[in-house]
Amino acid sequence: MARARASREVAVVAFAQSDHLRRTDELSEVEMVMPVLHRVLAQTGLKAGEIGFTCSGSSDYLAGRAFSFTMTLDGVGAWPPISESHVEMDGAWALYEAWVKIQTGEADTALVYAYGKSSPGSVRDVLTRQLDPYYVAPLWPDSVALAALQAQALIDAGETDEEALAAIGARSRADATGNPHAQLSGAVPQGDYQVRPLRTGDCPPIGDGAAAVILAAGDTARALCARPAWITGIDHRIEAHSLGLRDLTDSPSTRLAAERAGVFDAPVDTAELHAPFSAQEVVLRKALGLGDAVRVNPSGGALAANPVMAAGLIRIGEAAARIHRGESDRAVAHATSGPCLQQNLVAVLEGERA
Amino acid sequence: MTAAPTPDVLRAPLVVEFPFTRSLGPVQSAFLTGLRERVVLGVKTADGRVMVPPAEYDPVTAEEIRDLVEVGATGTVTTWAWNADPRPQQPLATPFAWVLVRLDGADTALLHALDAPGPEAVRSGMRVRIRWAAERTGAITDIACFEPYEDEHGDPHEGEAAPAGQPHDGVFEDAVTGIVAEARLDYVYSPGRAQTAYINGLAERRTIGERCPSCHKVYVPPRGACPTCGVATTDRVEVGPAGTVTTYCIVNIKARNLDIEVPYVYAHIALDGAGLALHGRIGGIPYDQVRMGLRVEPVWTEGGSHPDHYRPTGEPDADYDVYKELI
Repeated sequence: MARARASREVAVVAFAQSDHLRRTDELSEVEMVMPVLHRVLAQTGLKAGEIGFTCSGSSDYLAGRAFSFTMTLDGVGAWPPISESHVEMDGAWALYEAWVKIQTGEADTALVYAYGKSSPGSVRDVLTRQLDPYYVAPLWPDSVALAALQAQALIDAGETDEEALAAIGARSRADATGNPHAQLSGAVPQGDYQVRPLRTGDCPPIGDGAAAVILAAGDTARALCARPAWITGIDHRIEAHSLGLRDLTDSPSTRLAAERAGVFDAPVDTAELHAPFSAQEVVLRKALGLGDAVRVNPSGGALAANPVMAAGLIRIGEAAARIHRGESDRAVAHATSGPCLQQNLVAVLEGERA
Repeated sequence: MTAAPTPDVLRAPLVVEFPFTRSLGPVQSAFLTGLRERVVLGVKTADGRVMVPPAEYDPVTAEEIRDLVEVGATGTVTTWAWNADPRPQQPLATPFAWVLVRLDGADTALLHALDAPGPEAVRSGMRVRIRWAAERTGAITDIACFEPYEDEHGDPHEGEAAPAGQPHDGVFEDAVTGIVAEARLDYVYSPGRAQTAYINGLAERRTIGERCPSCHKVYVPPRGACPTCGVATTDRVEVGPAGTVTTYCIVNIKARNLDIEVPYVYAHIALDGAGLALHGRIGGIPYDQVRMGLRVEPVWTEGGSHPDHYRPTGEPDADYDVYKELI
């Protein structure tokens, strides 16, 4: 099978994120994003004007305003004009676009950022607007309800139970105690049913946050970072649109993306999985064939902080940062978008062995 | 010039409403018109599977599919989730189950609500039937919800005709060809630090800009960042009140709901001390006498949250060299 492999070497050389908070009313979006951009640039010593390509991910529906992403461009110094693009998706897909841009040879470095402020609206209601507008959106099934249908399907299939789901949430929040940016960490009550079978502890916190990554090619990456996290494969796939057409207990799109990214060519030691709901981790572990030896979501994952549109990019950033720190040699990072793991992106990140 | 204190944040309700008008393809039209007539149609794929709700293209092969078949109004729950706290626009106001239902004769499942007394009354595999809405328009909400279709022992009721699974021509009188997908989302908007200071300044009839610490340009209105340098603008600067017309246009078409007589002049005005021009209407002078370099000042109306328009100050015009960088 053809593989989504690089013809140029491209690495994540820097990663920064905000503290993820329930509300950030005192900050506009650019005011929230700008410190993160400054931090990620400072890690490399690059100035905004030296970046070859800039790409962002966000959603107007979270802000409730058209073209809201243009305001954050002020934070990257977009005058005089820069080479820039935007995806109305999680920033992981902005990273994919930047990776393609570098593959074409049109850029040697890229700044990728993503942000989401869920606090101005009701994110459960807002996310219903991404659903099929003919048969589904008029019923207003919210994001928790759809995730709960998936969880029940897994329970019916004997693949998990409520106790095992609670353990996923507990492990995530325990791991998040080592992550100063996390919104939820430590012991968090499992709580009442939100939409049964999902309890509060099975659901992600709702919050505001931002993240940024710098990509660089070849020797530029080596000059900017002591141990670059090389993206040796990256691919993204989508499921059929209708939820009732899918086997919600499986994620064939994740598996296919992983095959094409080369996940199964060699063992991974770390997996950063974008599983906003506990039951989705069960699906992803199966699709990616992750055994117990793999460290899953050491950052705490999306159950500890889930800034919508940034949480997937953060998974890539966290996996890369573990490679930068020498804590991982070969990691898989996953991002999702849409209901019940509708769209899935998988990247393999590797550090050079000493 | 002072370092910016953290202001009390402004907040205001923001309502976004959008009545998207969507046209339907032949399959969607037949399906939604059928619901109006209490007939449920699916579509048969090349490999013989029946999709309900129907799509116009096979999700695996991407081939166009048009073969409609009628399926039952009864079916089987494939998965469910108990919604104890319905949100405002959802199908039922009382606690209900979200369900995926595979209707009899279909191979795929439809998402909807199930009216049941409690979670103990719901399980995957249970038999359910459609409860039709009293008034139907050709929309998915013509199915009011599903309701249990089995006795207290969990046995299905007898007596209703089994689904035909027969081909259907999809032809109905007065077919529905479009839907209006109405939506409303409620937000609370907060403009952030820089714009809060600007709006609070306007309340005192002062215009507050922010200076970039790197290039020293003063932005009005400020958005908190210098788009050239990509850094926070931190120093507040009061600009104006007077300014200079840098360029303008004459508006001859009356906008709906606007009570300004045409023609009128809309201008870019560089307030004194500002590093870029803002927009404003020019009044107090015949429209054909407005010119680049005209010196103007704001005119506030009672209770106005911003200048209503700008009028000539009577000063001599500004030299072109003074404002040419701001055009």
